[in-house]
Amino acid sequence: MNVASYFDTMSYGPSSESDAQARQWLAGNKQQFGHFIDGGFTKHAAKSCFDVSEPASGKLLAKVSLGKKADVDAAVRAARKAQADWAALSGHARARKLYALARMIQRHARLIAVLEALDNGKPIRETRDIDIPLAARHFYHHAGWAQLSESQFPDQTPVGVVGQIIPWNFPFLMLAWKIAPALALGNTVILKPAEYTPLTALLFAELAKAAGLPDGVLNVVTGDGSTGALLVEHGGVDKIAFTGSTAVGKEIRKVTAGSGKSLTLELGGKSPFIVFDDADLDAAVEGVVDAIWFNQGEVCCAGSRILVQEGIAEDFHARLRRRMSKLRVGAPLDKSIDMGAVVAPDQLKRIKGMVEAGVKAGAEIFQPEIEMPDSGCFYPPTLLSNVQPTAAVATDEIFGPVVVSMTFRTPDEAIQLANHTRYGLAGSVWSESINQALDAAVQLDAGVVWINTTNMLDAAVGFGGKKESGFGREGGREGCYDYLKPAVWSKLPARETAPKANAPVTGYDIKPLDRTAKLFIGGKQARPDGNYSREILSPKGRVIGEVGEGNRKDIRNAVEAARGAKSWGTRTAHNRAQILFYLGENLSVREREFADRLREMTGVSAAKAQAEVEASISRLFTYASWADKYDGHIHLPPLRGAALAVPEALGVVGAVCPPEAPLLGMVSLIAPLMATGNRVIAIPSEPHPLSGTDFYSVLETSDVPGGVLNIVTGDSLDLAKVLSAHNDVDAVWAFGSPELSKEVEEHSVGNLKRTFVDYGRQIDWLDPKSGEGELFLRRATELKNIWIPYGE
Amino acid sequence: MAFSPTEMFSQEEQRDVVSTAKPENQTPKRGPVEVTSAHEVARNPGMPLDLSVVQAVRVNKSAAERRVASLPGRRSIKADAQAAWLLNAVTCIDLTTLNGDDTQGRVKRLCAKAITPVRPDILAALGMADRRITTGAVCVYHRFVACAVDALAGSGIPVAAVSTGFPAGLTPHELKLKEIEASVADGASEIDIVITREHVLTGNWQALYDEMRDFRKACGDAHVKAILATGDLKTLRNVARASMVCMMAGADFIKTSTGKEAQNATLLVTLIMLRMIRLYQSMTGFKVGYKPAGGISKAKDILVYQSLMKEELGRDWLRPNLFRIGASSLLADIERQLEHHVDGAYSAVKRHPIG
Repeated sequence: MNVASYFDTMSYGPSSESDAQARQWLAGNKQQFGHFIDGGFTKHAAKSCFDVSEPASGKLLAKVSLGKKADVDAAVRAARKAQADWAALSGHARARKLYALARMIQRHARLIAVLEALDNGKPIRETRDIDIPLAARHFYHHAGWAQLSESQFPDQTPVGVVGQIIPWNFPFLMLAWKIAPALALGNTVILKPAEYTPLTALLFAELAKAAGLPDGVLNVVTGDGSTGALLVEHGGVDKIAFTGSTAVGKEIRKVTAGSGKSLTLELGGKSPFIVFDDADLDAAVEGVVDAIWFNQGEVCCAGSRILVQEGIAEDFHARLRRRMSKLRVGAPLDKSIDMGAVVAPDQLKRIKGMVEAGVKAGAEIFQPEIEMPDSGCFYPPTLLSNVQPTAAVATDEIFGPVVVSMTFRTPDEAIQLANHTRYGLAGSVWSESINQALDAAVQLDAGVVWINTTNMLDAAVGFGGKKESGFGREGGREGCYDYLKPAVWSKLPARETAPKANAPVTGYDIKPLDRTAKLFIGGKQARPDGNYSREILSPKGRVIGEVGEGNRKDIRNAVEAARGAKSWGTRTAHNRAQILFYLGENLSVREREFADRLREMTGVSAAKAQAEVEASISRLFTYASWADKYDGHIHLPPLRGAALAVPEALGVVGAVCPPEAPLLGMVSLIAPLMATGNRVIAIPSEPHPLSGTDFYSVLETSDVPGGVLNIVTGDSLDLAKVLSAHNDVDAVWAFGSPELSKEVEEHSVGNLKRTFVDYGRQIDWLDPKSGEGELFLRRATELKNIWIPYGE
Repeated sequence: MAFSPTEMFSQEEQRDVVSTAKPENQTPKRGPVEVTSAHEVARNPGMPLDLSVVQAVRVNKSAAERRVASLPGRRSIKADAQAAWLLNAVTCIDLTTLNGDDTQGRVKRLCAKAITPVRPDILAALGMADRRITTGAVCVYHRFVACAVDALAGSGIPVAAVSTGFPAGLTPHELKLKEIEASVADGASEIDIVITREHVLTGNWQALYDEMRDFRKACGDAHVKAILATGDLKTLRNVARASMVCMMAGADFIKTSTGKEAQNATLLVTLIMLRMIRLYQSMTGFKVGYKPAGGISKAKDILVYQSLMKEELGRDWLRPNLFRIGASSLLADIERQLEHHVDGAYSAVKRHPIG
């Protein structure tokens, strides 16, 4: 090609970013790397290493050490040794270090961008214009949180030593998302980059050292899944933060169950991309480009499922196909491409296989006739239309440049189709009507919703999923809490195991008039399914009553009732507040009776019993008060617009109440859950359940709609297991023995329900500092961030 | 087949040309002087005003901004391709002078530059000596049409006249029509009209349609470019709707600005106007041209504009029969970049003849 031929064809010539400096850096390291532990690189493990290659060409980039037990041990030791001093620094001192990291990233931005493109295969445009600037912004933003940590999080302490496992799709950006908040809030880190893409993490470690980050604060151990497993299982790690597949996330949940490790999971998705008939269709088409042909579709929050209103579907698809024919696929360092290489041959094979199966299942495939590179891991932009929901391509994450498309008739149906998935990471809504768009945004079950935009990410706005897309948030104030724990909770003593009451000693001590405590399900008193009862003993071993022996079917019924009470969440907060206040009022009417019951069951003094009832009334008032005040934030990402961080109810929540404080313990769990719009299945204190069964008559007089609070008595551990394993329960709170915590976490894996447990630590329920407050509200809700760019 | 920019806009002459075309000359050797028949564009006859289309127009500003912001990162034009794309831009420039102090001398100087916009030695070094690189047209006020036609005689470069009470467009309608007729009579083969912004701002689409229809009729065989004055219309929705109505009324080109508004051509309004051109084509089959005007003075900018044309509309819209650039100082920057490409040394404006 010469000037004249370009003039005749008006085609794009090659425009390649130089890789000289990146290659020089690799060569300077002899293309061999050790781990970065305690401020220095370990010797390259020539006998135990793996190849890292360039997806675009298959050529070797470097040999990287495979982290073994000794490496992980050394890294955890270094992190532990450094943690106390790091946490003891003033917020300002940590802010200086994070600021230095942000500036350092900016100074070396191009080197990092080029290395990232080589290692991952993604276009230099994306690493240069998106990944690396966003990473720098993440450090800036969190330098700010470090600076403000003392004033903004006065009652919190760092979690401690954090193991972080990141994926290959955004190696450097995910590194920033993980490291910046952890360090800002006083934690130290062992980072395990993905096997395919460890190079920018190693470069970052080198640069961080030069920027003055103290030894041991950041450690990088490279390796594969086995290295990650070592980190997950390590007893010296206080928290695991993982981004990756849902399958691995579930495995991590299982392995860490009961260990007391804090856990955040950012997993897969099949995010809907909804196009209403009043959308700017050209804008929406461009949105699809950003949704699924960004990073070759290897994006967990990719809008991979187009739902387009039937009347405009043909027009929309025609515009989309035309747009696809303009996409350019090529070498990652070519500055005139839209898509680069898929990360590895295995991934390419998986994409091909899924698309073939999709076509076999009846999908109509469109791939534009565009130039494709002759070799390397490339896959063309692909549209599968007329996909039926029964096809795997419609439900499973493809993680490639493949979008599926379906139609809907009405807004209701759009939401139904959008939410009909195990995932709940993100969603994108396209409409020029503010009513239509906001209504859909609120109804989508997703952690992030973009209105008339997609794949927008920013340090100030929490990112994370619902349902099987994981839990925890990264970015913003909400993300900070995932690297903090309440100071008061870190000093909780182990719960004293109440001595098992002996067998009834001297017969019955039942009141003159016989009362039958039933279960309370769907607003009605219900006999237990099995129709067995269990005896409730006084401290002296006398039988003071009997309660129903709830079983799995009672749980099933209670969950169904709770599921049916959906409107609780859409009532006004004022309405929920009124009902909680009213509950307090009605409990106060029966103060004496409830106090007597506590004395009878637990043998506490009259004064203590009285105090517990009064505290329970106060707690109901606390959460009645919060109901219309726990109202989220408006984040300020860099755009003309805003991101609304809206706390949303988890849905149906099991609350396994602690054995102690039979009334206050239960109220402390159900009130924050109810205040925020959840529906609850409460398992009252196993040894002292009568306050719980007495409570349903208070519910009945307080206008609590049926199904909002259900009460099932019985064996706490057994019922907790059933609740935790129930795939239509969204969360379980469980307070009791260490074994209870472990079982609940372990059984939660099926649908990755949120768990809130105490690992057998005794909470002082009477102390509002540990027994009530925003911690409970945070755990009762999940933030949805709704991005709303505007402008006419 | 021989084909000059003037002929492109004259159906009469095009028919002649087609009838005398020799097969061996149909090799796709392009440029304003030689264009194959494949690149001829059927003139947009217009269509009845369809308000349902106009009302259905939706424009999301933030999304449009993102598109134009990401484009330069998605398409980079370097080295020989860049030189070629810059030369292409030269062939699409409506070299313009629209000032109160214009004189015949000034206009003649401009015409000379239009004929020889790039130093021949530079063209030779680029391997483009055999291509007759001229600007797309010369654009003047009515008063200087005859002078420009004279000065450009034999060059094949058309003369465009701004008209209809340019730039405000608030003279009596009948006078506007007379002004058009006068310029056509003086030899202008392209007329750049300004619309009555009031019609857009008040949503009076019928009035805009009728006005444009009359202008088109008054132009006869001369091609008509509808200046929307996007800076006055303010919203992208207004721009989109005005674009659509003008095309329905028979505009051959839609053009952003007079150069006199506070805000001239931007990539953002360009994107919206191009999308309307695409929509109009999908509705009618006719291709309407696009002319950004004012505010484009850097070679780098015109590369982005051209890639936007190519991406949103396609290669056809990179020829002067569907793409013009209203500019006065852009050419000087292009010349410097071309010399830099040839020499490797940064150039200076004074090394290139003044226009």
